[in-house]
Amino acid sequence: MSRLYLARNPRVAARSLDGEMMIMSGRDSTLFTLNKTATIIWQAADGATPLDQIVEQQICKEFEVEATAALEDAESLARELASHEILQISEDPIPQRNRLAGDTR
Amino acid sequence: MSQLTTEIEQLSLVIEIGGMPVRVNTTDPAFLDLLQKRYAGFVGSSDNAEIEFDVDLTPPSPSNPNADVSVTRDQGRWLLRRGDFRAEWSPASRRGWIRQSVNPYAIDAVLRIVHTLVLAKQGGFLLHSASAIRNGRAFLFAGVSGAGKTTISRLAPADATLLTDEISYVRKRDSGYIACGTPFTGELAKLGENVSAPVATLYLLAQGRENRIDRIPSAEAARALLTNMLFFAEDEELVQAAFHSAFEFVSRVPVSRLTFVPDIRVWELIR
Repeated sequence: MSRLYLARNPRVAARSLDGEMMIMSGRDSTLFTLNKTATIIWQAADGATPLDQIVEQQICKEFEVEATAALEDAESLARELASHEILQISEDPIPQRNRLAGDTR
Repeated sequence: MSQLTTEIEQLSLVIEIGGMPVRVNTTDPAFLDLLQKRYAGFVGSSDNAEIEFDVDLTPPSPSNPNADVSVTRDQGRWLLRRGDFRAEWSPASRRGWIRQSVNPYAIDAVLRIVHTLVLAKQGGFLLHSASAIRNGRAFLFAGVSGAGKTTISRLAPADATLLTDEISYVRKRDSGYIACGTPFTGELAKLGENVSAPVATLYLLAQGRENRIDRIPSAEAARALLTNMLFFAEDEELVQAAFHSAFEFVSRVPVSRLTFVPDIRVWELIR
């Protein structure tokens, strides 16, 4: 199975408040609130770290889940976030110039 | 030789909402009269309007005023479009035009849109909420249609000054925010008073069996605020500005849920 790389879409606005990550699409103003797993994926989406590594190092530790099933779920979640243009996904690392994250003040 | 042209008199009116004077030019005395009545209390006398619109009146057409609004930016100009109007505004020149028939609804929509565009750049916003001043402080009452904006406005006691029963005008001022009166009305169909005061609290309305106030977490407050903000522009820069303005607001202004029984006693909690 090929590896998946993720990068935050720089065209969204994002803020974390009281442990909740909220993201607004710059395209159509749709507001999203991410759950804990999606927040971990969003915060780790630096374009260089593959998803399987994010799952193994962060999600499995946080939720004490089995790696294969967790990766499947994470991949599905990442693709959903990508469908809303919150994340960019690629089978290759995503270069720095595309990795200007949405403001996560 | 007989005169081939006739000079047409240019008429104008300054509509000042939230302290921002907007001059509207027309050649139609009946339309001017309509505007004077519609915006009574908000007609200013400023010579230095911040924005100026020329209104080009067209014959009435079977257009749909409920059609979706489109607000886009093209080469520095804002293009505004709905079933019943077209408009264009250039922030650089501070001038624009509106093409509409003789009715107050189209220009009302243009004014709302333009104010949201200007406010977004300044950290302010328009909000689906009633608002009123009591004891020198402004209170906002936000909620979707049916939440109780009109009811809370109708129940306001004599010592409360109603700013609006439908759309509140919030400006950033120093380290806080002020709410200004607006002529944008809801079911109450009563213009707000053209005054302002510092915002004390944003209440999220809910009707229930008792009157009570519950402070809500910041994240929920931000989400509710964003849900109730008026925002029209399909523009990433302004969407981001509005998004961050909402978080800035909830970090400075208390936000609570106001559950209320629809009678005047609810106002005993609002002081």
